[in-house]
Amino acid sequence: MPGEQELEFAVSAIESDTPVLPNMGADQASVYTGTVQAGPIPARRRGYRPRSTRGARLISPIIVLIAWQLTHVFKLVSETKLPPPSYLVTTAYNLIFHATPAFGSLQDALLQSLERFALGFFIGGSIGVSLAVISALSRTGEAAVDPLLQMVRTVPLFGLVPVFIIWFGIGVEPKIMIVALAAAVPLYLNTYAGIRAIDGRLFELGKVLNLSRRELYKNVVFPGALPTALVGLRQSTGAALLALVVAEQINASGGLGFMINQADQFGRNDVILVALLVYTILGLLTDWIVRILERRALAWRTDLVIR
Amino acid sequence: MSTLTGTDVVEVRGLTRAFAGRRVLDGIDLQIRPGEIVALIGRSGSGKSTLLRILAGLDRDVTGEVRVNGTVAVAFQDARLLPWKRVRDNVALGLRHENRVQVAEAALTEVGLGDHFRAWPLTLSGGEAQRTSLARALVREPNLMLLDEPFGALDALTRLTMHQLVFDLWERHRPAILLVTHDVDEALALADRVVLLADGRIAHEEHVALDRPRDRDHPDLVGKRNRLLGELGVNTKGQVH
Repeated sequence: MPGEQELEFAVSAIESDTPVLPNMGADQASVYTGTVQAGPIPARRRGYRPRSTRGARLISPIIVLIAWQLTHVFKLVSETKLPPPSYLVTTAYNLIFHATPAFGSLQDALLQSLERFALGFFIGGSIGVSLAVISALSRTGEAAVDPLLQMVRTVPLFGLVPVFIIWFGIGVEPKIMIVALAAAVPLYLNTYAGIRAIDGRLFELGKVLNLSRRELYKNVVFPGALPTALVGLRQSTGAALLALVVAEQINASGGLGFMINQADQFGRNDVILVALLVYTILGLLTDWIVRILERRALAWRTDLVIR
Repeated sequence: MSTLTGTDVVEVRGLTRAFAGRRVLDGIDLQIRPGEIVALIGRSGSGKSTLLRILAGLDRDVTGEVRVNGTVAVAFQDARLLPWKRVRDNVALGLRHENRVQVAEAALTEVGLGDHFRAWPLTLSGGEAQRTSLARALVREPNLMLLDEPFGALDALTRLTMHQLVFDLWERHRPAILLVTHDVDEALALADRVVLLADGRIAHEEHVALDRPRDRDHPDLVGKRNRLLGELGVNTKGQVH
């Protein structure tokens, strides 16, 4: 982190105080250097400056990919243990365009997984947020809801899988329930904390302005809790994806987890890796969506920073 | 409450408020006429903010008679804007009629923020935030405006322009105003009547009949200032007794 701060400092120095280079005659250039040396060091601004990091976020994954490929080029690891990315591209191609009875096709598996993820996430997320509102705004609600959630929080999802199969059968339901549970908990905890952290004086303001209950929720409670709730959303998507992998490897007849299971039976390390990579891409994708949400919803904070 | 007549905007009789047995307000009688500007001064802990909160309806755990006739609006010391709402939406917050947006914009223009409709509160200066807070109070067309040390956190220059602004707004809209302040000069610059609270009771009152804006060094004001400071326990050289 200190490195990043320094970098940021340098960037803001360049942006805010340095004029764009004029088409330089020799004397202009010297005037220009003079200004820089004499000019005060600009104070570091509050918060982070909005920089375009879209491309930058791809750099480190690409470096990892290259290093991975190099292990193959220099024959450091055997191909069956760790197939190189180039090999996996072929595997992925085959999984997409030549569906087999053993594995099905990658896109079908992905769609099935996505459906379970979306459904489970929606159910769990709604429950988590609703319970958080109840728990944060009512003493009775808190007494009723919070201990349960605090207990559920610590239950290992793996341990729940067999129980859920007994309860919900071996169809799609137990998988969705596992995902829902995983999604509910972080959203609950963070939304609850977010609402509790709202400045009590703002509720007082609501009272003075005669806001109705609905107006209070819309204008104070939800926007006030949003920054923290979004942290919960990010954690929830991650937890739900993890839960999906676990759930799908048991008694599934489709989806990415199923594909991994099958590949394990057939000793196809490359297929497992392709499926896992798709999961990581899902991780990147959900993160990207949350980022977009944050940028939209927290514009009032970034404006502070831009000024 | 039936004994009160209903012609004054604020009618308070025998108001007592105790916190953990300690009487912060101890038998207060106070009337405020429509359009009257009353400044409430006192040392910190004298109960002046408590009285304002009671009139604002934020504290109902009282004994005695309290009656406020008409609509009330409050401007707090901390401006208290919702940071996630643009300035205009902060002002319009809680209004339900159709042209709420136009009304909010008109009020913002009136307090000198005509070019800040879409600004975020966190980008405002302290003075601008207080202007927004005043605009928000104004659009409610109150019969009574409660100002809780609204200029306490502002620098001296901004404070003077805010005094002028409050006076201008008052001239146009004529609400009764209860201004809570610890600043004797501020009270004397704005108020028709200065009420001094000490130990939960009204210890002293000064009436000021001068036209506004007032000259700070007007001979009448000098005498009143000295008396008020004396009551507050400060002599004219600023030393505490």
